[in-house]
Amino acid sequence: MLVIEDLKVRLGGKEILKHIDLVIEPGETHILFGPNGSGKTSLLMTIMGYPQYEVVCGKIFFKDKDITDMSINERAELGIGMSYQRPPSIQGLKTRQMVHLCGRNGVDVDSLASRMNFTDFLDRDINVGFSGGEIKRSELLQLMAQDPDLLLFDEPESGVDLENIALIGNTINQLLERDVKGTADKSKKEIMKLRTKMGLIITHTGFILDYVTADKGQVLFDGILACRSNPNAIFKQIKEEGYEECVRCAS
Amino acid sequence: MRELDKKAAEAIEKKAPLGPDINIDAYAEKPPIHNKVDDLSTLPDDDKDVMLQAGVDVNEAERSGSYIQKDSSAVFSFSHDDGLEVIPIREALEKLDWVHDYYWKLIAVDTDKYTARAHLDLQDGYVIRALPGCKISFPVQTCLYLEREGSTQIVHNIVIAEEGSEVHIISGCAAAAHATKGLHIGISEFFVKKNAKLSFTMIHHWAEDMIVRPRSATIVEEGGLFLNNYVSMRPIKSIQAYPTTYLEGKNAVARFYSLLVGSPGSEIDMGGRVYLRSEETRAEIISRAITNGGNIIARGDLIGEVPGVKGHLECHGLILNGGFMHAIPELSGKIDGVEMSHEAAVGKIAQDEILYLMSRGLTEDEATATIVRGFLNVDIPGLPSKLKAEIDRAVQLSQKDVM
Repeated sequence: MLVIEDLKVRLGGKEILKHIDLVIEPGETHILFGPNGSGKTSLLMTIMGYPQYEVVCGKIFFKDKDITDMSINERAELGIGMSYQRPPSIQGLKTRQMVHLCGRNGVDVDSLASRMNFTDFLDRDINVGFSGGEIKRSELLQLMAQDPDLLLFDEPESGVDLENIALIGNTINQLLERDVKGTADKSKKEIMKLRTKMGLIITHTGFILDYVTADKGQVLFDGILACRSNPNAIFKQIKEEGYEECVRCAS
Repeated sequence: MRELDKKAAEAIEKKAPLGPDINIDAYAEKPPIHNKVDDLSTLPDDDKDVMLQAGVDVNEAERSGSYIQKDSSAVFSFSHDDGLEVIPIREALEKLDWVHDYYWKLIAVDTDKYTARAHLDLQDGYVIRALPGCKISFPVQTCLYLEREGSTQIVHNIVIAEEGSEVHIISGCAAAAHATKGLHIGISEFFVKKNAKLSFTMIHHWAEDMIVRPRSATIVEEGGLFLNNYVSMRPIKSIQAYPTTYLEGKNAVARFYSLLVGSPGSEIDMGGRVYLRSEETRAEIISRAITNGGNIIARGDLIGEVPGVKGHLECHGLILNGGFMHAIPELSGKIDGVEMSHEAAVGKIAQDEILYLMSRGLTEDEATATIVRGFLNVDIPGLPSKLKAEIDRAVQLSQKDVM
């Protein structure tokens, strides 16, 4: 479970998250909406533990541990992973090695890559010259190897072409255990109850909602989580009337 | 010979324009005479260990030939391939007239005091020749090994890739584990003839008080390819070298790749210069340098003399724990229609790269090491993958000392 209590965060001296309370239960996936500059990426980066995001007050708990002061790699080891929108490129580090590192050498990189339609990129330097869509596939490939329990996605569909959008959507579903089916001895509902993976997905376009069935939607506006509701309903509201109206409705 | 003797004698005090001036007589310990060996596996284990780290395999597995020099003595020289000749240079100068057509032909004997001394006090060195049209299947290995503390090692090497041949050479230069102080002067002249391909990979594995003064030059004829890789990651007191290549025939290509690590107390001044003298010649000089507290000067110089030539220079430097890094890329175009570019960067490891890797579960130290390894991992087109794997192995062995 992820629990964020009264979180206030500063970046470069400026307050970017004012008051955040958020609970993600095991098995739950939340969609995070919000206009540009509302602090969505900052919230993800703060949960991941980037040191430039200074927690002024409040606490973050994950799996019943206070992780507010934990380093990034300690959080990764505890089971938090992130798919970045614009990750840095690293010269000379092959994508293959990167995926190995993510999986602590215990994964079959080739078979994961073929599932992600990414085999041709394995011997290229990570993120060097990748298009927006290629970056997203590379990020998901790394997360598949890392297999975290809480997955943070920063606009996983941006820059992805129509051909690959279904691949991205379905992969996120798999990573978050959303693609479950009933079996002979357990109903789908029972299996769903056993899920533990948690997700927090930033989306701008809402395309991802066609593939990922999320449990809750959150609207981040001006550093505050302003509304909590059904993600599809929120998205419809935003599409029709914009964020201003959406926030006004909430308050 | 007499003309060479005279010129050398006149230049015996001539200082080199680059690098700290060295008093050669301060390295006057007399090297012992080492007996020839019939089988490299009979070499002492200590020697083998060091040689291995410089890329030399004493079992000669997958080697077409070997030349091993200890101090001033050529102790082993052998070719396993009919298309390949490996001969100690003193023997070659004595017995083979044609060798004189190559001796001091690309480098002037009076370039500086080191070239002068190399002629007057020549100890030994190798002549390696791939016969016309012969593709030498496995790499040829050479090792110049300095054992006597405080001595001077002087070698002169000549490499000839005859028309249409292909040969790959790994040259390990190393000091014995117990030797810290010495001077190595090495002259190398490379001749890449029409449509021939020569790759020369030099791995330096010297010691903290070693002075090294290589002087090398290459001529590449029409359609020829010269690939030069240089790896120096161990501490060294001072090395200064500025190998020069002349692309003299249409479509000739030269590529230089250097991986340098400067440890505290190290003074590294390493360059690469290519004259593009014929149409459609191409040159690439790429260096990656890391300083851990040493001084590194990375020079590169491309001179375009005819239209239609292409060249690119790249010097990237990382300062990890203090030190000094000076990238000096130079381009000169002497006529319309040359196409040359350069890219130089000196900096530190980007924090966002470290954090990215940490978010995948690596510690900060693991992340840093991974980025440094990547920085030193340069793709070298045209190098056989096995040879690349050997270079990677040597780099990794050396890296253990660095990080």
